[in-house]
Amino acid sequence: MLVTERDRVKEDIVRWVEQYGGNRSALIPTLQELQRKYSQITDFAMQVVADALDIHPAEVYGVVSFYSFLDHRPKGKFVIRLCRTLSCDMQGKDRVARQLENDLGIRFGETTPDGKFTLEWANCIGMCDQGPALLVNEQVFTRVTPEKVHDILEGCRRTFGVYALEQKEEHLV
Amino acid sequence: MNGTLVGPLTFGSVEPNSGLKNALGKNRADVIADISASGIKGRGGAGFPTGVKWNLAAAAKDDRKFVVCNADEGEPGTFKDRVILSEYADLVFEGMTIAGYAIGATQGIVYLRGEYSYLRALLEAVLEKRRQQNLLGEDILKKKGFHFDIAIRMGSGAYVCGEETALIESLEGHRGEPRNRPPFPVDTGFMGHPTVVNNVETLAWAACILAKGPEWFKKIGTEKSTGLKLFSVSGDCARPGVYEFPMGITIAQLLKEVGGENAKAVQVGGASGRIVPAKEFERTLAYEDIPTGGSIIVLGPQRDMLHVARNFMEFFVEESCGQCTPCREGTQKLLEGIELLEQGKCSTRYLHELCALGETMQLASKCGLGQSAPNAFLSIVQHFREELMGRNNLIPAGKE
Ligand SMILES: Cc1cc2nc3c(=O)[nH]c(=O)nc-3n(C[C@H](O)[C@H](O)[C@H](O)COP(=O)(O)O)c2cc1C
Ligand code: SF4
Ligand code: FES
Repeated sequence: MLVTERDRVKEDIVRWVEQYGGNRSALIPTLQELQRKYSQITDFAMQVVADALDIHPAEVYGVVSFYSFLDHRPKGKFVIRLCRTLSCDMQGKDRVARQLENDLGIRFGETTPDGKFTLEWANCIGMCDQGPALLVNEQVFTRVTPEKVHDILEGCRRTFGVYALEQKEEHLV
Repeated sequence: MNGTLVGPLTFGSVEPNSGLKNALGKNRADVIADISASGIKGRGGAGFPTGVKWNLAAAAKDDRKFVVCNADEGEPGTFKDRVILSEYADLVFEGMTIAGYAIGATQGIVYLRGEYSYLRALLEAVLEKRRQQNLLGEDILKKKGFHFDIAIRMGSGAYVCGEETALIESLEGHRGEPRNRPPFPVDTGFMGHPTVVNNVETLAWAACILAKGPEWFKKIGTEKSTGLKLFSVSGDCARPGVYEFPMGITIAQLLKEVGGENAKAVQVGGASGRIVPAKEFERTLAYEDIPTGGSIIVLGPQRDMLHVARNFMEFFVEESCGQCTPCREGTQKLLEGIELLEQGKCSTRYLHELCALGETMQLASKCGLGQSAPNAFLSIVQHFREELMGRNNLIPAGKE
């Protein structure tokens, strides 16, 4: 490969900052792009973003730490967010949660050792009439039952290493 | 995926873009006069009169103004904005364009919650089509000098960003921490310019009002709460989904429609709303009685009310932005109090202290989040005290 990962991150950031207007209000869209493409917002990336917007890196960190969809720690390729709010709770989210933990071998808040899956709680995701509901990255699943967990995870696994992921990234830029 | 739309909505029956055409045939002041005459109040929960808001923004002197569509829909139990955006995005954009014309703005922004990212492609496509039809862009529908376009910006998973000043902070690239008000966004909004922030549903109704006339809207509902409203209904009922009802409907009537007649209580207004017990089901859903952004969670006879209080308090502990003490510390303290109640270890005196703390939070918190965080707990203590006191310390059903 000709360009190193760092150069690529740098190029991406410069392009996104420009695309989103080049001023401070470009910060969050740029961070969102970083998160989506790299599953993590590294210290290095935060420094580059800060330089591009001429603000202090601590400002960037403050923003990253505020929003639950932005994270400086590495996340899985697939972030699974199960709604824990009342309507989904009443429709059986606990059993779905247990099955997700069992099938992935991790607890909520953790990432699988292979870096493929992160399991998190979400607050109400606006599917309350069809709970329990969860998001896998940007895709929503409703009326999830413990039996359906396996199929949902298999659906993700089928995309490993093949074109699906790459295509998605291109489409987002 | 769009979920249960129970029955047709008025949104489907208005001639597309007839509201915008009517608006562009009037002068700006008359458009706002129509909105005012309809009596519509904000559908996002706070219930501020939309005509007054538009008037203030129109009167502000600035050559840059903004119209923001609040599509952050984070209130637990609310999903009507998602359905509106999925099915009637055109109407929402039409409403934004009318608002832009009325106040003299050239730029609209949709702040779409990150959880709804899957709607983005659809919304971008609708916007593109509107541009091609000259419903957005320059000299819209040949109206000389009226330029308006709409951009979509994504949220990133923070409930508090639905609060209008936090939303603006977020748009400007900051942590979503609410500002002191005043100044209000109509005066000092996005980038310091006058900004109208309206809920998705409010904007869709604004387009309908311009299409069908303010009298049509005003005739429906009650004197103080005019028009129709969408309700997001979930929980223990036979037919959950999105419903359209006139303002002023009683809870009993609503429960009959959704098949939730045997409910023991209804949570109205989501986590920040209140519990209404069965003996009050004759009360009305209206700004003058029980105001709501439309979240209705039906609680059947088997539900443990303390568990309801816990679920909502966990929500607020998680979502408090932490900026001010009454909210940051208060939500924690109330959650600990709920745990004591669960364990059957809370004295009557301490329960009184918790209620007093809740009342302090209602008064002393900086924004609506902290001011409303104790509501569910306080109303459960008020109406279901017998369920809370002297519990044995068995883990209640459904607790994590
Ligand atoms: C914590 C908090 C969250 C809010 N979330 C939303 C929201 O998701 N959508 C919304 O339209 N209004 C929300 N609001 C109300 C907004 O601050 C604002 O009043 C509303 O967008 C105005 O629009 P309307 O007058 O058309 O209702 C929220 C308020 C608070 C305090
Ligand atoms: S009330 Fe809560 S959410 Fe609002 S500013 Fe204070 S800490 Fe933040
Ligand atoms: S409560 Fe789970 S989606 Fe609303």
